[in-house]
Amino acid sequence: MKYWFAGCLALLAGAGQLADQASAQTSTLDTVKSRGQLQCGVNTGLAGFSAPDDSGTWKGLDVDLCRAVSAAIFKDANKIKFVPLTAKERFTALQSGEIDVLSRNTTWTMSRDTSAGLSFAGINYFDGQGFMVKKSLDVVSAKELSGASICVQTGTTTELNLADYFRSNKIEYDPVVFEKLPEVLAAYNAGRCDAFTTDVSQLYSIRLTLGNAADHIVLPEIISKEPLGPVVRQGDAQWANIVRWTLYAMINAEELAVTQANVDQMKDSKNPEIRRLLGVEGEFGQAIGLDNDWAYQIIKLVGNYGESFDRNVGAGSPLGIARGQNALWKDGGLQYAPPIR
Amino acid sequence: MKRPSKRPSPAKVPRSLSGYVYDPKARGLALQAIVALLLVWFVAGIVDNTIRNLEAQGIASGFDFLDNTAGFDISQSLIAYTNTMTYARAFLVGLLNTLLVAVVGIVLATVVGFIVGVARLSGNWLIATLATVYIETLRNIPPLLMLFAVYFGVLKTLPSPRNSVELPFSSYLNTRGLYFPAPIWGEGTWLFVLGLIGGLAGALLVYWKARRQRLLTGRANSALLPAIALVIGIPLVAFFLAGTPLSFDYPEAGRFNLKGGVVVQPEFIALLAGLSLYTAAFIAEIVRSGILAVPKGQREAAAALGLHDGQIMRLVVIPQALRVIIPPLTNQYLNLTKNSSLAVAIGYPDLVSVFAGTVLNQTNQAVEVILITMSVYLVLSLLTSAFMNWFNARVAIVER
Repeated sequence: MKYWFAGCLALLAGAGQLADQASAQTSTLDTVKSRGQLQCGVNTGLAGFSAPDDSGTWKGLDVDLCRAVSAAIFKDANKIKFVPLTAKERFTALQSGEIDVLSRNTTWTMSRDTSAGLSFAGINYFDGQGFMVKKSLDVVSAKELSGASICVQTGTTTELNLADYFRSNKIEYDPVVFEKLPEVLAAYNAGRCDAFTTDVSQLYSIRLTLGNAADHIVLPEIISKEPLGPVVRQGDAQWANIVRWTLYAMINAEELAVTQANVDQMKDSKNPEIRRLLGVEGEFGQAIGLDNDWAYQIIKLVGNYGESFDRNVGAGSPLGIARGQNALWKDGGLQYAPPIR
Repeated sequence: MKRPSKRPSPAKVPRSLSGYVYDPKARGLALQAIVALLLVWFVAGIVDNTIRNLEAQGIASGFDFLDNTAGFDISQSLIAYTNTMTYARAFLVGLLNTLLVAVVGIVLATVVGFIVGVARLSGNWLIATLATVYIETLRNIPPLLMLFAVYFGVLKTLPSPRNSVELPFSSYLNTRGLYFPAPIWGEGTWLFVLGLIGGLAGALLVYWKARRQRLLTGRANSALLPAIALVIGIPLVAFFLAGTPLSFDYPEAGRFNLKGGVVVQPEFIALLAGLSLYTAAFIAEIVRSGILAVPKGQREAAAALGLHDGQIMRLVVIPQALRVIIPPLTNQYLNLTKNSSLAVAIGYPDLVSVFAGTVLNQTNQAVEVILITMSVYLVLSLLTSAFMNWFNARVAIVER
């Protein structure tokens, strides 16, 4: 018995010491390629951003970004394993290598970008935090919420913004904190809370699931900046470039009016910007370790940013969110991608 | 008589290396040392690997984050807490909330468990059947499901704050919890406290005197009534002498919730009820097994001595049953404490919810936070075990 135990321990210890030498230095791109699949962390279910549809296919703005990365690498938008994560689990999953990219309506903040071992690769949705209340309460402004109970999901910037907002406005409130969204909603529905707070885009998405949507209103106050975007692990610049430029390619394509439908004709375009984007000119794909037609594949298989926005959260979707801050810079919005050149 | 020694003593004569190899004692020691070294190497490898990987990924480490400002609010706190205080303070708030639900839950589970356990042995068919149904149902439900059922089940049936149920003594019940008036102690309270201490001391004195008399003379004088009179009477007199230094802060209707008074939140009630009713089912079975373990002859002998039923139970059966009951009871107490971490599912701000939830996420220092949290549960479990072992040693029957 004793010998067995010692033997096992020796093996374990040896394996542990070896593993830590072996684990260093393989690029994320190589790992993804050899696996033949991109592992993408998404929301457990948020209509418009990432949610499975009737047939179990993941759909949404955040999902489309993962599909675009998959298209750029594999020329196939479906070589993805979607990993649904709660707000609390998401960073650990990325840090530990369980997923390659986190595309889960995650707010870009300084501490997350610096001390958490994460790198934000861009902003695919400009959002802000707001409140939803039952219409029957006759509340028209968040400033009237003095003494109210407010439901929040843990592991989000929401919890901190909420505390900041009420502290700076010297209003008292009573937070009720849950780990998972379904429980937050159940508590809100059961009347445990007067208000529910999170990013406004989510409020609109959730309102659709609450039976009679007209019974709930979203208050006008936006109490924070919530730039949402994809996240990768710190320390792999090539991988961060791939994810960042995938997003920028989608935004640039919209600006250049290259769509899923016309991308093949556009290959013959005389516009040098379009020619560079679609890989007809230049070696931009190779600079990030991919083929030069990487952006062509993204647009062909997934579409440009505007198309993705429209079918998932915009006018072509049940959410019907206006472009607003998410319009292109030339249309008065904030979406602006550096040029490909 | 001296035994002739055939071999020279190993300590005196120097031995060759092969001598040690064939000595089972030396061989055993060497093996143990090797195993210990391997274990140290293994643990050191894990620690070193973790630290290096955290550094390589640019994740902050260390325990300095505890002094940073928390920035979030907590719905229930036993100590003063605002969102400008530190993470360490938030940790303390979570820990106290866990302790509160564990301690109250253990007391409640024990009381209910003992009653149900005894009830299951009752001669009354209805009582025994009800107890059996209670035990068999609750023992076979997962505790998380039980909590969801209690929390959302109860919450849905309660009225909104605007239509609160009115209870006696200006108390109210609604979806936001149980509200009752908060006592405010005025000037002269010290006299009342003094009266309370005096009353308790008097009651103890009366009890001791009655006990001594019983031991000396064999006559049993009940000290119960005078003791109760002392405990209630003296503080009451002191209270009125001090000019009734007590007023109440009554809960009143606000725009959304009731304002003022003391609130017991529905999360706490649900967690407490869920955990203690669940654990009580197990304790009931432990109590039943303990009572059944006392031989029938003991009861018959006690009855033959002329003790009545209550006395037989209190003086003969229970003391003997306790030594069977206490060791598995400790286990249930530990289970209840650990199960309290399910609080995170129903929004009660316990240690796991506040510290291993919100704090972990704001600081992203998973390794440190989880390490602290696990240590806390370990210490709580060890403390509970130590106390129960001490108690067990006290009530154990001295073998002669």
